[in-house]
Amino acid sequence: MREEIIVRVGAKFLTPFIIMFALYVHFHGDYSPGGGFQAGVILAAAFALLALVYGVEEVQRVLPLWFAKMCAGLGVLIYAGVGVVTMLLGHNYLGYDALAHGTHGQHYGIMLVELGVLVTVFGVMVTVFYLFAGRGRREP
Amino acid sequence: MSTVVDIVLFTLLAATALALLKVRNLFAVVMLAGIYSLLSAGLFTVMDAVDVAFTEAAVGAGISTVLFLAALALAGHHENKPGHTPLLPMIVVVVTGGVLVYGTMDMPGFGDPDNPVHHHVADHYLEESPHEIDIPNVVTAVLASYRGYDTMGETTVVFAAAVGVMLLLSGARRARSRGSASQGGDPAEGAGKGGGG
Repeated sequence: MREEIIVRVGAKFLTPFIIMFALYVHFHGDYSPGGGFQAGVILAAAFALLALVYGVEEVQRVLPLWFAKMCAGLGVLIYAGVGVVTMLLGHNYLGYDALAHGTHGQHYGIMLVELGVLVTVFGVMVTVFYLFAGRGRREP
Repeated sequence: MSTVVDIVLFTLLAATALALLKVRNLFAVVMLAGIYSLLSAGLFTVMDAVDVAFTEAAVGAGISTVLFLAALALAGHHENKPGHTPLLPMIVVVVTGGVLVYGTMDMPGFGDPDNPVHHHVADHYLEESPHEIDIPNVVTAVLASYRGYDTMGETTVVFAAAVGVMLLLSGARRARSRGSASQGGDPAEGAGKGGGG
């Protein structure tokens, strides 16, 4: 597939739009279908598309495996960390009302935990894809 | 109109499922599985479960198809004939399916607004979430706020799954690279190499 110019240009052209759509799905999750999980999958799909067309090694120069692995853990840390912060502020674990007055606290809390979900799902999907796609190759 | 769409989608779903059973080319199987997910997503949309449909389309039809393709590159494109007769699996499937169909007879009518499931906590979520959470998408409100602990558990499960894949796949790769470096060392490494390919 790497010699097909239409596929190469098409993939390059689509990638920013896919990433933008993933961010839209995340930040617009309060108003429309979607949320962190779907956004994470779409974001990972953008890099999977690039890896299918240009090869895993090329994409790993931009998004190395260690970074994807780190994301997988970081997301859970963000999610659990929001709970710890609300506890330190004197509310229940994951009691978002602690974060701001009125319902704004809920908004911030939801956005932050969904961000955690996004980061974890993105990291996990990219890691699994790298491990599968890179396994058949021999290391130099 | 909705009935026509339902009938068309279910017919295509059944046809895809039957084709999945018959086809032995794994590349075609992966594509059919993706089509199956996309049709399911269409059905969820008809049922007004757009969040679920979105997830099904992104995960089932999108990323898992890509992951399967990556796995196919390792495993080859053709499925071997099973070494046993299909009789015993057939009996198990028929009996299990019969029990499941029998179980649905006691269930309340599909889509009935008076179902118990719609009156446990759903009323509270639908009526109070505009005041308590104040975001229009109730699904997000339930997922991230009312059921925040559950979602944290799910995120952890996703993370745990990745750790499992990492342990399985990167460990095998290390054994393979050691085996190829020593050019057919001891038999155990050779066996690991063959299994990996």
